Amino acid sequence: MNHKVKDATIPHIPTGARISRWIGRNLIRIYAVFAFTYLFIPVAYTFAFSFNDSGKSNLIWKGFTLDNWQNPCGAPEVCTALVNSVKIGFLATLFSTILGTMIAFAIGRYSFKGRSTSNLMIFLPMATPEIVLGASLLSLFLVFQINPGFWPTVMAHVVFCISFVVVTVKARIASLDPRLEQAAMDLYANERETFRRVTLPLVAPGIAAAALLAFSLSFDDYIITNFNSGTLKTFPEFVYASAARGIPAQANVIGSAMFFLALAIVITGQIVGRKRKVSA
Amino acid sequence: MTKESITAKGDLRLTRLTKSYGDFTAVDDLSLVIPEGSFFALLGPSGCGKTTTLRMIAGLEEPTVGSIHLGATDITTTKPCQRPINTVFQNYALFPHLTIYENIAFGLRRRGIKDVEAAVDKVLALVELPHLAQRKPTQLSGGQQQRIALARAIVNRPALLLLDEPLGALDLKLRRQMQIELKWIQKEVGLTFVHVTHDQEEAMTMADTIAVMNEGQIEQMGSPADLYDNPKTAFVANFLGQSNLIKGTISGNDGDSHIVDVFGQKISLPKNRSHAIDNSIYAGIRPEKFRISRLGTPTSGNILTGGHIEDVSYIGVSTQYQVEMPWGQELMVFEQNDDGVAPFSKDEEVNISWEPIFTFGLRGDEDATAGSEVNPEELDEE
Repeated sequence: MNHKVKDATIPHIPTGARISRWIGRNLIRIYAVFAFTYLFIPVAYTFAFSFNDSGKSNLIWKGFTLDNWQNPCGAPEVCTALVNSVKIGFLATLFSTILGTMIAFAIGRYSFKGRSTSNLMIFLPMATPEIVLGASLLSLFLVFQINPGFWPTVMAHVVFCISFVVVTVKARIASLDPRLEQAAMDLYANERETFRRVTLPLVAPGIAAAALLAFSLSFDDYIITNFNSGTLKTFPEFVYASAARGIPAQANVIGSAMFFLALAIVITGQIVGRKRKVSA
Repeated sequence: MTKESITAKGDLRLTRLTKSYGDFTAVDDLSLVIPEGSFFALLGPSGCGKTTTLRMIAGLEEPTVGSIHLGATDITTTKPCQRPINTVFQNYALFPHLTIYENIAFGLRRRGIKDVEAAVDKVLALVELPHLAQRKPTQLSGGQQQRIALARAIVNRPALLLLDEPLGALDLKLRRQMQIELKWIQKEVGLTFVHVTHDQEEAMTMADTIAVMNEGQIEQMGSPADLYDNPKTAFVANFLGQSNLIKGTISGNDGDSHIVDVFGQKISLPKNRSHAIDNSIYAGIRPEKFRISRLGTPTSGNILTGGHIEDVSYIGVSTQYQVEMPWGQELMVFEQNDDGVAPFSKDEEVNISWEPIFTFGLRGDEDATAGSEVNPEELDEE
């Protein structure tokens, strides 16, 4: 085509059309900015008020201080509750990840009688309202004469975490090419070696994701915990109880710290993943 | 048992091998012997059972009936890891979490071989990719992955190497190059290769012996030249290259030849190239064996008169003609553009002739189109 002719035929675009075109092109960005603002305002608020020189109630801004961050255990019981939550979260994550991964392999890899039923049953704890699950677990423990407390809470958390672990790990297993395992067996690996050297390393990212999910679910659970923890206080229970008298700024400190820890884990995961893909 | 099977070697013998999935029979009473050291191809269209056969040899599927022997050792029920057999998988199946080096070393380490490093280096040199040892599979191109998959298998020096459509994912040019390379590597390492493919050209380029499979059974087995020059069935005649099959009746004999009546014209067909079981016969001629001539030009051999050129396609090395015969059939004729004769043009009246020795005979009750409707180029995966 002739250049001169082409140039001459470029039409002039009116201003109105230009603006609407710009909006059309950037609409998704504008929308994203609003969505993220909406999502992060509460987090920003929590973070900001962790620096509030609040005294008793942390509702009104009274001035900037680093005291809360320098002394996060300053408020009575806050760190005892935190330690309880971390302990329960750790144990619940450990058990639910091990059991859930095994269930995921059974359902995802083998065909057996009752497979689809098991698959459905695994979803039930996710679908059951927490209030119902919490209440029925409590009555179950009482029937067996187990007093509410630390271990019943761990068990209760394993119950609802396990479903999420199964779903997460199963998705990873489903995306695994069965030919990789066949290739391992073809290359003289027996069943155990195939699992250890090929299957497990490839499913590991899914297991890690499931464990993180389980921990965060356990850590912030209030309803089920409240039924089964007895006199023990977890961090969510502490925050809830102190809401009546005014939540200490230390709760904001711990909340913000948890948020940044989670963020750091996610970012590290991304960086490691990307590095593996690009350079290694 | 383990020790015995892992060191087994010799010819591979499949005896009455059958694999059924419910009502569907993928492999149907298949028996064959693959001699040690040969390059053997299982060729057939999608769903003909060739991949299932390969997977049974590898131990990834168990036969419903029949047995598999390697030399004198029965390996029918042996686990895949206890067979001295390695596979190059269709999409390579390289372990994505391991480096190229560790991928290749995988089989050696599982068997507790001592000098892993030397063996890996040697095989990487063989496939000409020593600089990629520390990369991950996803960082390699398709052709490189293909070579690594091959290296990972042959480093183990298996008694038998299975290749499942190994070049299927590569583009045409690379495929050609790898065909030659594979053949060279096979000679170099002296292993038995069993190659599964739907690409007839690939099978013919590489294999010493080809078994053409259709619907779970072997239609015909032989050297590429045997199969091409003297196919036994319409399926083989059409699947391996192109054929003109002309319906006729054996009307008499002349020494070592049958006289065949095709729509009133007589042609001669060597008796030892006929697979007909009664007087009803298809006379088969490959398109490039035909010669085309203007009316009145002297010709020898078998002659069919009354042709009318329907279509001409000039493709450089040759010209392809569609010639309609008096009985309505269109014959395909490929003429090399090497004799300075001006190509014929559309609507010319011509005769067709060929040397009788190139004619082959098929059973008259066959479906003349069997095997021609499957276009190998379109079938990428089984």
